[in-house]
Amino acid sequence: MAGWIAANPQIFVVALQNHLWLSGIALVAVLLIALPLGLVLTRQRGLANAAIAIVNILRTVPSLALLVIMLPLLGTGFLPSVVALTLYGLPALLLNTYTGLTQVDADIVEAARGQGFSDRQVMMKIEIPLALPVIFAGIRTAAVQIVSAATLAAFIGGGGLGELITAGMANFNFPQLVAGAVAVAALALVVEVGFAAVERLLTRQVRMGAA
Amino acid sequence: MTWAIENYDRLLLALWEHIQLVCVGLLIALVIGVPLGVLSARRPRFALVVLLVSGALYTVPALAIFALLIPYLGLGFWPAIVALVAYALLIIIRNVATGLREISPDILDAANGMGYGSWRRLFAIELPLALPVIIAGVRIAVVTQVSVATVAAFINAGGLGDIIFQGITQDFGEKVVVGAVVTSALAVFCDESLRRVENWMRANQAEHA
Repeated sequence: MAGWIAANPQIFVVALQNHLWLSGIALVAVLLIALPLGLVLTRQRGLANAAIAIVNILRTVPSLALLVIMLPLLGTGFLPSVVALTLYGLPALLLNTYTGLTQVDADIVEAARGQGFSDRQVMMKIEIPLALPVIFAGIRTAAVQIVSAATLAAFIGGGGLGELITAGMANFNFPQLVAGAVAVAALALVVEVGFAAVERLLTRQVRMGAA
Repeated sequence: MTWAIENYDRLLLALWEHIQLVCVGLLIALVIGVPLGVLSARRPRFALVVLLVSGALYTVPALAIFALLIPYLGLGFWPAIVALVAYALLIIIRNVATGLREISPDILDAANGMGYGSWRRLFAIELPLALPVIIAGVRIAVVTQVSVATVAAFINAGGLGDIIFQGITQDFGEKVVVGAVVTSALAVFCDESLRRVENWMRANQAEHA
């Protein structure tokens, strides 16, 4: 495996870069959609129930199904993969953003209003900071899911480390296959552990702030 | 929809293979996971190690697990089952342990006072009380397995993923879409029916309490 990477450094680096781009762009898109949408949903409870019902269905759709359904809609390549990965990561963050914000103690919000906080201040200084650990847990789940599912982007020509696995399989090149598999497994674990560490740090700060 | 109508038998066969993968994988995961979950509930140290290992397995992408198993186990149904079991284990163990830990100590005290031995207490009191949480775990495990089993077609394990992969290599859009839609429908169906079982059990327990 290490031998294959040493012999084909460019192929490996391109696959890794592609994987990171796919996952990174999809994660940023998830953040840009899920955070504001989650916030809006806490203000529109009627809309929230409908949205959550849809998101719960989206959450159960298998990653491979979500990716390949893009084929007839958007064709093959990078963009369809990013769209599918965004849809795949969206439920985790949207649900956590919504839950995190709705779980904020109503008494605290009431007390803040009593002290003359405006709606905006309540949101920025009370609700969002208190919901942050739950929101960040959602970001971590979405990130791991996206990095993991990005492996399957190879099936719709999206590139990434999955391509080493599929190409290795097609050409009976087992060192290449194993290199891709180990690299993507390691990447997923690094993302999980890294985000978990930031999450712990954040949670501790919120607790210290409250104390 | 012509392909699906003309080849409904192949579609049904793929669906059946898919269900077999999930059922066999789930059964083995339960046989291994429930005892490990019970042990985890009793011994926090053991729980830490088990959850760490199964958590790491759970994080590894499905395609990577399948690829890594090829040199050791080859292709086909049983290598796929190994991966499916690996994915379900974390969820089963975690939920069995959580379900057992959430039981009020008063109930356990009462059972001890009535002369229940630890085995009888486990089977007659603890596991039944933990059942809704365990079913919640089974639900997540099944939905995960339906998804992972799609990718199992990559190592020739059959199932609905086979239809999808055939559609991709043959550049046959309808097959891809039919495969994807049926897989998604299966996942949504399993999720919804197990959610109902879970709610029904919770309501039942609340009534008896």
